[in-house]
Amino acid sequence: MAEHPLASGASTAIAASPVATAATGATPAGTPGSPLPAAGIEARFAVDYAGFRLDVDLRLPGRGVTALFGHSGSGKTTLLRCVAGLEPAARGRLVVNGECWQDDARGIQVPTHRRELGYVFQEASLFPHLSVRRNLEFGLRRIPAAARRVQLEHAVALLGIEALLERMPDRLSGGERQRVGMARALLTSPRILLMDEPLAALDHRRKQEILPYLERLHDELDIPVLYVSHSPDEVVRLADHVVMLGEGKVMAAGELHATMARLDLPTAFTEDAGVVIDGTVAAHDDHYHLTRLDFPGGAVWVQRQAVELGRRLRFRIHARDVSLADHRVEGSSIQNLLPAIVEEVVGADTPAHVLVKMDAGGTPLLARITRRAAEQLVLRPGRRMWAQIKSVALLG
Amino acid sequence: MPTLTGADWSAIRLTLELAAVSTAVLLLLGTPLAWWLACTRSRWKGVVGAVVALPLVLPPTVIGFYLLVAMGPNGPLGRLTEALGLGLLPFSFAGLVVGSVVYSLPFVVQPLANAFEAIGRRPLEVAATLRAGPWDRFFNVALPLARPGFVTAIILGFAHTVGEFGVVLMIGGNIPDKTRVVSVAIYDHVEALEYAQAHWLSGGMLVFSFVVLLTLYGRRRGNVGGGVG
Repeated sequence: MAEHPLASGASTAIAASPVATAATGATPAGTPGSPLPAAGIEARFAVDYAGFRLDVDLRLPGRGVTALFGHSGSGKTTLLRCVAGLEPAARGRLVVNGECWQDDARGIQVPTHRRELGYVFQEASLFPHLSVRRNLEFGLRRIPAAARRVQLEHAVALLGIEALLERMPDRLSGGERQRVGMARALLTSPRILLMDEPLAALDHRRKQEILPYLERLHDELDIPVLYVSHSPDEVVRLADHVVMLGEGKVMAAGELHATMARLDLPTAFTEDAGVVIDGTVAAHDDHYHLTRLDFPGGAVWVQRQAVELGRRLRFRIHARDVSLADHRVEGSSIQNLLPAIVEEVVGADTPAHVLVKMDAGGTPLLARITRRAAEQLVLRPGRRMWAQIKSVALLG
Repeated sequence: MPTLTGADWSAIRLTLELAAVSTAVLLLLGTPLAWWLACTRSRWKGVVGAVVALPLVLPPTVIGFYLLVAMGPNGPLGRLTEALGLGLLPFSFAGLVVGSVVYSLPFVVQPLANAFEAIGRRPLEVAATLRAGPWDRFFNVALPLARPGFVTAIILGFAHTVGEFGVVLMIGGNIPDKTRVVSVAIYDHVEALEYAQAHWLSGGMLVFSFVVLLTLYGRRRGNVGGGVG
C-alpha cells in the first residue's frame, strides 16, 4: 500500500495551492452588509460522467436566495456539489464573494473542509452516533472562536429546536431532523449556504412546518443561499433569483419575477404559468376585511392579512386567473383591475389558448385566454388593455 | 481442576496471550487495509481482496509451509529479521504472532471493510462540509460509525486465533511455555492417550467458542444494521 489509506477516501483531498490557502486563511470575518469589492458568485463548471454532462457558466448574486431549478437529472444537485467541492472530477472556476475556491487554470482546488460553506443535504444526514447538541457542535467546534458569527443559542432559536438538544437523531421526526441539519450548517458561520432539496423527503405537513423557518433564514441571513429544488411552489416562495437547468445546461437565469414571466421557457407551457410579485402591505380595510398590497404599477386587494403595514408579502397571479378587457369594466365582481400594455402573445399549453405577456407599469403580468378571444380583441404588442384578476395566491 | 497440569495452564495462558497480541496487531494492520478496500476504486482492489481472503480457503499447512520458508534463514522475512538483529522467527512467540496475523487476517479485515462500506460516502461528505479534514473525518466519523464492525472483528480475530492449530504446528512446533498452545496440547494429550486432560481442554475450547459466537449472534439480532445512515 504505497498510497495512504485515507487519501483515497477523501474525495476532495487535492492539495490546495499556497494561493488558495492564503485566500481562505487570510480573509477577515467581514462586516455584515458591507459590500465586498467582488461581491457575487462566479461558477463555471464542466463535468463529464457516462451519460451525463454538466456544463455551466454562471454569475450569481452575492446575497439572497438563488434557486437552482429543474427536473431530476437536470444537473442541479451536481452543480451544488461542484460548488461544495464534492465532485472531484469537476473542472472549472469558482469564486464566492471574492474568494477563489477553484480555478483549474491556476491549479487551485480548495478541499471541501477548507471552504467556508454550509451544506444542507436532502436527507438531513445527522451523525447517528451523536446527540442533537453534539451534531450542532460538530461544525461549530471546528471553526476558530473569532470566526463564530452565529451562536448556538441563536441558531437553535431560529430553527425552533430548543427542546430537541439532548435527543438522539433517531428520536426525531423528518422535519425536526432537517431543522437540526440547517442549524448545524449555519453554526459554521458560512459565507454561502447550499441547500439540496431540504424539503424533498418530507410530506406536505412537514414542508409547511419548515417553510416559515426557511423564510426566516432568508430574512435574517446576509449570505447567499443556493437552493436546489424541483418544486415551483418552493421556488416562487423562497427565491430571489432563479437558475433553470435542463440536461446539464443553463436554460435561463435571472431575477425571479422577470424569469417567471418569460414566455420562452418550458414553465410557461403549463397550467401553472403565472407571475410572482412582491407587494407591500399598504392598507387594511377592516369593514370589508381586506388588505391592499401595493407594487410598482398597481395594487391588489386580498383577504385581510394579519401583518403590519409596510411588510412585504409575495404573491402569485396565475395566468389562468387573469382575463382581459379593452376598457375598464364596471359592474363586475372582479375588482382587482390593472391597466397593462400588451408585449407579446404566444401559444399556450393547449391549441385553444394563448399566453399574453403584459407590462403593468413595470410589473410583468401573464394572462391565459382563448385564441378566439385574443383575435376578437385584436391583441398585439403595444395595445393598452385592462387585466382583470380573479384571484391572487399569497405565498407565505 | 486436578486433571490439568501446570503445562496445560501454561498452554492456556500462552494461547490467550497469542490471541490478544495477534488481535491487536490485526487491528493496527487491518483497519487501514479495510479502509482502503472500502474506499478505493483501484483495479488492485480485487487482487488485494482475494489475497486477504486466501486463508479462508487454504489449508493451514500451506500457509504454515510458506511462512516457514519465508521466515527461515534463506527467506526474505528471515533475512530481514536477522539483518535487524532479531534472529529467526520460526519456533518463537513472535513467529506465532506473524502466522496468526496472516491466518486470521480475513476475519478482521472483512467485517471492518463491510462496516466502512456500510457507512457510505455521505457522512464523510457531511463532515467535510462541517470543516473536518481527512484524519478528523476518519477518527470522528468513520471509526465511531464502524463500531459494530470493530466488535465483530475483535471477537472473530481473537476466537479464530485461539482455535489455530495447523499454522502453529508448522512454524511454531511444540515448545512448552514458548509455542505450545492449547490446540497443540490437546493433540499431544490424545497422542499420549491422556483423554481426561484432552477432555478438559477440548471442552473448555468448545464452551469458549460457543460463548463467543453466542455473543456475536446475540448482538447482531439486537442491533440490525448497526444504525448507520
